[in-house]
Amino acid sequence: MITTTPEPINAAAASPSRRALRRFRANKIGLFALGMVCVLGLLALTFFILDRLGIPWPMDPNATNLERKLMPPNSVNWLGTDNLGRDVFSRLLNGAYISLTVGFVAVFVSLFIGVTVGSIAGYFGKWVDNLIMRAVDAIMCFPTFFLILTAVALVGPSILNIIVVIGLVSWTGTARLVRAEFLTLRESAYVQAARALGQRGPKIIFRHILPNAAAPILVTAVLGVPEAILAEAGLSFLGFGVQPPQATWGNIIADGKTYILDAWWLILFPGLAILLAALSFYLTGDALRQAVETRSERQ
Amino acid sequence: MTAFIIRRLLISVVLLFFISLISFFIITLTPGSPYPWGELNPKVSEDVKRIFREKFHLDRPLHEQYGFIMRDLFTGELRSIKDERPVLQKIAERLPATLVLNLGALALSLSFGLMLGIYGARYAGRPPDVITSILAFVFIALPGFWVSYLLAIGLVSYAAVPILGTHTIGVTFGNGLEVFLDRWWHVMLPASILAIGGIAVQSRFIRASMIETLREDYIRTARAKGLDENAVFYRHALRNSIRPLITGIGMLLPALIGGAVIIENIFAYPGMGRLGYEAVLERDYPTLVALNFVTAALVLVGNLLADVLYAVVDPRVRLE
Repeated sequence: MITTTPEPINAAAASPSRRALRRFRANKIGLFALGMVCVLGLLALTFFILDRLGIPWPMDPNATNLERKLMPPNSVNWLGTDNLGRDVFSRLLNGAYISLTVGFVAVFVSLFIGVTVGSIAGYFGKWVDNLIMRAVDAIMCFPTFFLILTAVALVGPSILNIIVVIGLVSWTGTARLVRAEFLTLRESAYVQAARALGQRGPKIIFRHILPNAAAPILVTAVLGVPEAILAEAGLSFLGFGVQPPQATWGNIIADGKTYILDAWWLILFPGLAILLAALSFYLTGDALRQAVETRSERQ
Repeated sequence: MTAFIIRRLLISVVLLFFISLISFFIITLTPGSPYPWGELNPKVSEDVKRIFREKFHLDRPLHEQYGFIMRDLFTGELRSIKDERPVLQKIAERLPATLVLNLGALALSLSFGLMLGIYGARYAGRPPDVITSILAFVFIALPGFWVSYLLAIGLVSYAAVPILGTHTIGVTFGNGLEVFLDRWWHVMLPASILAIGGIAVQSRFIRASMIETLREDYIRTARAKGLDENAVFYRHALRNSIRPLITGIGMLLPALIGGAVIIENIFAYPGMGRLGYEAVLERDYPTLVALNFVTAALVLVGNLLADVLYAVVDPRVRLE
């Protein structure tokens, strides 16, 4: 759509996914964002594995050291220390691991619900569709973050609860998308053919329709991760997220705001981490969307 | 036109019913103790628990509880657990401040989003577009509470922008203009921060919609008959691409009201978001049910108004 990448002459012969991959690889911003996502993932994973093995790297995120409290960034504590002398960089890595976990698993939950509900509405149509889509419309009227906050406050804050609640609240967009895909694909020739051959509903849904709707679903999934990360950061900031002493990006800022005039590094770095993580996912998702969008091929 | 409005109204009534169901079930179906003081608190006697259960109809089956809550809500008899005041009254007190903040943020989102989107579409694929696109994603990815703290410090120190409450103490006794300007001066910062994400989302939609319209045959016709690019762009393309301004209201309002929970907290702004946060802290169930219901209903009304307004402006919509 935007960039007209010169495609090889045999482009038409290549499969759609291969063509999408080629377009994605030509998108420098997308590649860079994907690289950032990978770096972030690797850092979080390394931290997590070393933490489980009992090796504090770069430092133990929860080890306090009151002699070194509120130290500005220096050669020992790269990003400074907080009011209890805990290493901010280590706490950020711990936060990265939590944010990514929440992001990915919450998206998985919301995809599962969204795809199921959307498929049912789109495949069966008629009053089933009408009923389901009115319910979806109703849920979409609710202020998302307030709904999440209410639910998390009632069930009690923990990683698992936050993941489930975010997932339960944010599936409506996916459901709408999947339904729309079903409404068009249901009438396509190959689905008609499958039906004429006597195949049953579930097989048609899972073998014929869903695989062909995979690309847009993948895009919403990638774009859903930063939403969940931002929601978790907001919850943690308000004190309803993952509970201390477990460090998350949101609660480092919440704890650090008391010292905002003395210790800028307590606010700046976790915020930058949230921003960079969310931005990388958004840009990756957008590049992916541009790559799989078939409209650009028609030009 | 009348048929269109009546149909939309009927759908809204159905949606309102679903909304009431959801706001009721989010409170009752979540596991956890219904008591604000916790299930196993030894200081609370069985008698108190029984009185509490009867008062909030917790001893009845679910569908009856739903009936009672909705009856109380609509008759204004639903009372807060915390201070026994009618919930609707508490919400009504907060409503003006909330409307000013959220409608202000909405207006900012729509107008700046429109400008940014037009700009992006105008230079589609070229460096200005790439830069505004990345900027839009930066805006979407910015956590509002973080920006609030960074901006608050800078602006208080260098521009003396107020960051607490809705008005300067004592100013209510001044003349009308002073009071008005003071209010705007106070709401400006929170509304702008709240609008950051909305501006970005809106600009993406406008940009996509414009680029889509620019591919239409009538645009080619307009160009072919020799109209200059500005006329094609602003008179023919823009007018047919403002649909996202309407759908944007439905998409943005829930995000704004939700985001306001955090922003109102930081800026000590006495709106519904802050009321909601206080209710969450106190596990004030009646207030939570009512707040969820009222905010969703407000969004619904906003959607309805936008739909009707758009149908008045654009006759194509009525045929859908």
